[in-house]
Amino acid sequence: MRCCAGAGCWTSRKRLEVSIFRSLALLLALLCGATAAEAHPHVWITSASELIYAPDGTLTGVRHAWTFDDMFSTYALQGIETKQKGVYTREELAGLAQTNAESLKEFAYFTFAKADGKREKFDDPIDYFLDYSNGKLTLHFTLPVKTPFKAKQLVIDVFDRSFFIDFQMAANDPVKLVGAPEGCKMQLQRPNDGSASAQTLNEQTFAAGGANANFGMMFANKITVDCP
Amino acid sequence: MRAPPLARRLAACAVLIALFVVLDSAVHVALAQTPFGRPRPAPEPQVGGFVGWLLAKQSEFYREMSATIRAAKSDGSAVWTLLAISFAYGIFHAAGPGHGKAVISSYLVANQETAWRGIVLSFASALMQALVAVVIVAVGAWLLNVTAKTMCGAEKTIEIASYALIALFGARLVWTKGGAFVSALQAERPQPAMAAAHHHHEHSHRHGHDHHHGHDHGHDDHSGHSHGPMPEELAGPGGWRRGLAAILTVGIRPCSGAILVLVFSLAQGLFWAGIAATFVMGLGTAITVATIAVVAVFAKDVARRLSEGRDRGGALVMHGIEFGAAGLVLLFGAGLLFGYIAAERINCL
Repeated sequence: MRCCAGAGCWTSRKRLEVSIFRSLALLLALLCGATAAEAHPHVWITSASELIYAPDGTLTGVRHAWTFDDMFSTYALQGIETKQKGVYTREELAGLAQTNAESLKEFAYFTFAKADGKREKFDDPIDYFLDYSNGKLTLHFTLPVKTPFKAKQLVIDVFDRSFFIDFQMAANDPVKLVGAPEGCKMQLQRPNDGSASAQTLNEQTFAAGGANANFGMMFANKITVDCP
Repeated sequence: MRAPPLARRLAACAVLIALFVVLDSAVHVALAQTPFGRPRPAPEPQVGGFVGWLLAKQSEFYREMSATIRAAKSDGSAVWTLLAISFAYGIFHAAGPGHGKAVISSYLVANQETAWRGIVLSFASALMQALVAVVIVAVGAWLLNVTAKTMCGAEKTIEIASYALIALFGARLVWTKGGAFVSALQAERPQPAMAAAHHHHEHSHRHGHDHHHGHDHGHDDHSGHSHGPMPEELAGPGGWRRGLAAILTVGIRPCSGAILVLVFSLAQGLFWAGIAATFVMGLGTAITVATIAVVAVFAKDVARRLSEGRDRGGALVMHGIEFGAAGLVLLFGAGLLFGYIAAERINCL
């Protein structure tokens, strides 16, 4: 038997529906909103990077030196046999370096290049090795660009879009241009600069068609090189 | 009450599968536009405000942990600092992924569970998470001295198993709740159900029959134990076994942060401090998850109270909520399993 016949009944039903809808919305917000706090970094990497140019002025690759935080360094070194306790030679770390290089592929090496707005791709890393000092591991590797290119404006972002890894560019000499053509100017935007990150987000959002307002991007280190 | 016939359950499951397929293709379309090599959906919250503050706090506590463990080597009192940091970290961190808020809350809403059980489930699953992390590091790093690569392989296996478990658990909930929902739906509006069943003779026959049951059910509702839960939905003896399934499902996957802290403390010769920190972290996690779970139960209670004054429409809404929550668990598990929902990454680098 339906009780709702009159107009008054109708409004009470409406009100009920609104209330139910509200409590449902609260539930949903709880379940989904809670996941909005998502990832936060578990690994910290300090990056010092070099952009390598060929004599003809084309960019041939990016050479990174990534220093991991001590907690992750210790974790990564777990189970690695050494001749001398606490001392890790390059040879003893070769296996780990290879593992690193291979697993970084899944994340596109956290390095994203754009030449005059066009996305450029990298090949698998070469010349990779690990150093160990002061309880920290540093991964050195070179990412060759697939096809060397010239660009009036080169933009390279270094970041983890899921923000499991927090990338910071080194305090001293964060980015070096090696063999860059005369008159090229480098500019670095660090993620900690609030205004810069907001700006980065806007640009990227529009450039990528709105679908990529992703989280890690706000923590991107943006290297811009303008050449005449 | 009679268990709903197979056809209804199948219909309910079909709806869920269809929903998943739609979601799946939608996600694919969205991902096709990403300029990155391998699409990994990332969350898109704002960094400002509460979330930003939460993130900053988490990072702060987490970064302090390694320094505190080092300090504890020479200064025993630093262990207390470590425990305090771990507790705070656990509270904040549980707001992140992989700590079972969504699964536990949805489970509580899908079933007729009390807030008290929500609290117990939250603590039990957080405790199990801590225990699994300790066991992985104790066996892997301390006993067998395996490499990080091997350990992360084990973590990966556990991760996949846990997602499959969530999906299975959700599928089971959908199976039960879907049946109840479809029954309620037919009791409420027999006409459209009949029309829909006209495609198959076999089905229309069945539906006619069910329709009859529907009326029975309606009368039951009027004559006494009106809009309360069906007896089979009450948390009876079988309820705790279901609860155990929830604990296992959520608790089997350890937190990446705990594993890192444990390995680090082991390397510093303070494994016991790492273990203590892990359990205290679990305690903090449990408090957050339990709070969210209690609010979820409360929200459902409000919905029920609001719908109680209603005729069968109210019961239908409640069945709908339960079915929806069950569906959420399934979608969540499937999403994690197929990589559409970004979970906390494991330490494989």
